[in-house]
Amino acid sequence: MSEEIKLLKGNEAIAHAAIRYGADGYFGYPITPQSEIMETLMTLKPWESTGMVVLQAESEVAAINMVYGGAGSGKAVMTSSSSPGVSLKQEGISYLAGTELPALIVNVMRGGPGLGTIQPSQADYFQAVKGGGHGDYKLITLAPSSVQEMADFVYLGFDLAFKYRNPAIILADGIIGQMMEKVILPPIRPRRTEEEIRSQCPWALQGKPKGRKPNILTSLELSPAVMEENNLRFQAKYREIEKNEIRYEAIDCEDADYMIVAFGSLARICLKAQEMARAEGIKVGLLRPITLWPFPSDIIAEYAKKVKGIISIELNAGQMVEDIRLAVNGTIDVKFYGRLGGIVPTPDEILDVIKKEYIG
Amino acid sequence: MKKEIIVAGFGGQGILSLGKILAHAGLIEGKEVTWMPSYGPEQRGGTANVTVILSDDRISSPVLNSYDVVVVLNQPSLDRFENDVKPGGTIIYDSYGIRHTPTRKDINIYRIDAMDEAIEMGNARAFNMLVLGGILKVCPIVNTESIVNSLKESLAERLHKLIPENEKAILHGMEIIKAEQEI
Repeated sequence: MSEEIKLLKGNEAIAHAAIRYGADGYFGYPITPQSEIMETLMTLKPWESTGMVVLQAESEVAAINMVYGGAGSGKAVMTSSSSPGVSLKQEGISYLAGTELPALIVNVMRGGPGLGTIQPSQADYFQAVKGGGHGDYKLITLAPSSVQEMADFVYLGFDLAFKYRNPAIILADGIIGQMMEKVILPPIRPRRTEEEIRSQCPWALQGKPKGRKPNILTSLELSPAVMEENNLRFQAKYREIEKNEIRYEAIDCEDADYMIVAFGSLARICLKAQEMARAEGIKVGLLRPITLWPFPSDIIAEYAKKVKGIISIELNAGQMVEDIRLAVNGTIDVKFYGRLGGIVPTPDEILDVIKKEYIG
Repeated sequence: MKKEIIVAGFGGQGILSLGKILAHAGLIEGKEVTWMPSYGPEQRGGTANVTVILSDDRISSPVLNSYDVVVVLNQPSLDRFENDVKPGGTIIYDSYGIRHTPTRKDINIYRIDAMDEAIEMGNARAFNMLVLGGILKVCPIVNTESIVNSLKESLAERLHKLIPENEKAILHGMEIIKAEQEI
């Protein structure tokens, strides 16, 4: 079968990929800059082709709880929103984590706090990787930096969510959501049948057959001893994810004197600055974490032994930089540069920062 | 090969569509493409711009601070982006409502009277296709056949009857663009 190539916005790519993945349901509530996700789904009408449900809920809270219900029955279900809306979903995300349910959440970040601005931001890094909701839980966090990755990470997000029975989030931003690029659409997978779900997700609530004990899905456990057991099981799973699922891209880091760490759309802008620096003979490398949790701490610690300096560049006041500092544990000075509130730096601006910090 | 282009003007002038048709034509020719709009509380009459990058190789930043080709369709955009043309690059401006024309000596300057022409044609909606024709004349980054195919894929089926008209406007745009300074 020949490749299907399309020119799509990042948001549109998410919608196309969800249908092609064989997702069973999308529940959402519109908010800029990600409304095209639901708009595209509504235009493509997958309920007529694959049978996928697309529903505009009455609120973000309703949407995430619809996801909770769908996930409990073993379905591949998702929701999407932007920063203020994702804040509203945090309770539901904590419940998904506490009940060990697979689900995909998409946050196309905008500037905050509060309603903030509709322009791009990465200020929800902490919320995604440190647990925006309550309790000791972790969210598998994928940071796409191209429209292609918006599509691909729908697959990766769902696959990891089901592999580990854990919610996953695509942490994108307004740039990636709004821009159009060439996308090679991932291969179509049929939606799973009830029988397939029964065999792949024996925990799912599908109606109890005779002779089987009832499946119970809950995050509530009033016995502290049992609740501690549950928590220890979650933690063991998180360590397993940290062992197996770290993803990153290292560009020109091997011989670098200075290493930029950046994720998402900003990594693209930093890549241009990195190329400009190299053209001027300044040996700069770029490390792009693709999974923000699990974070590529060991990789960064290894590079810290080789380079003279590390700088984290983010669209926030300094969030990922804390994880980098933890990773290098004081062995090297880690600098930070950020723009706030929806302002996006240009490649020139970043090159100037590199020169000012390291060349003088 | 890599071309970094920005088109800037008023919202409602069809700038984003122009950029999309250009990007799609690049895709048809197997290029890497990025189309980055200014997005925000945009409205008809406000300012809008779109960055289009066409390249044979992986594209890094979708956000740029200098461009090979700058196309400005009103005075505020000309004032804002003239200095962002790379030395040796190209600026194309529509003369409608322009009081201060470009002054740089190190760039190519082209004028296209697309707004006047569209008014004369009695078809204001031809404006962006006239401009696209002008761009393709001085920067033939994709061929006309790809543009026509791009129109087919970019326009909804019910609008396909307008393709010949658009094609004519593009070809006409190629004729009416004038060189004011070539370096």
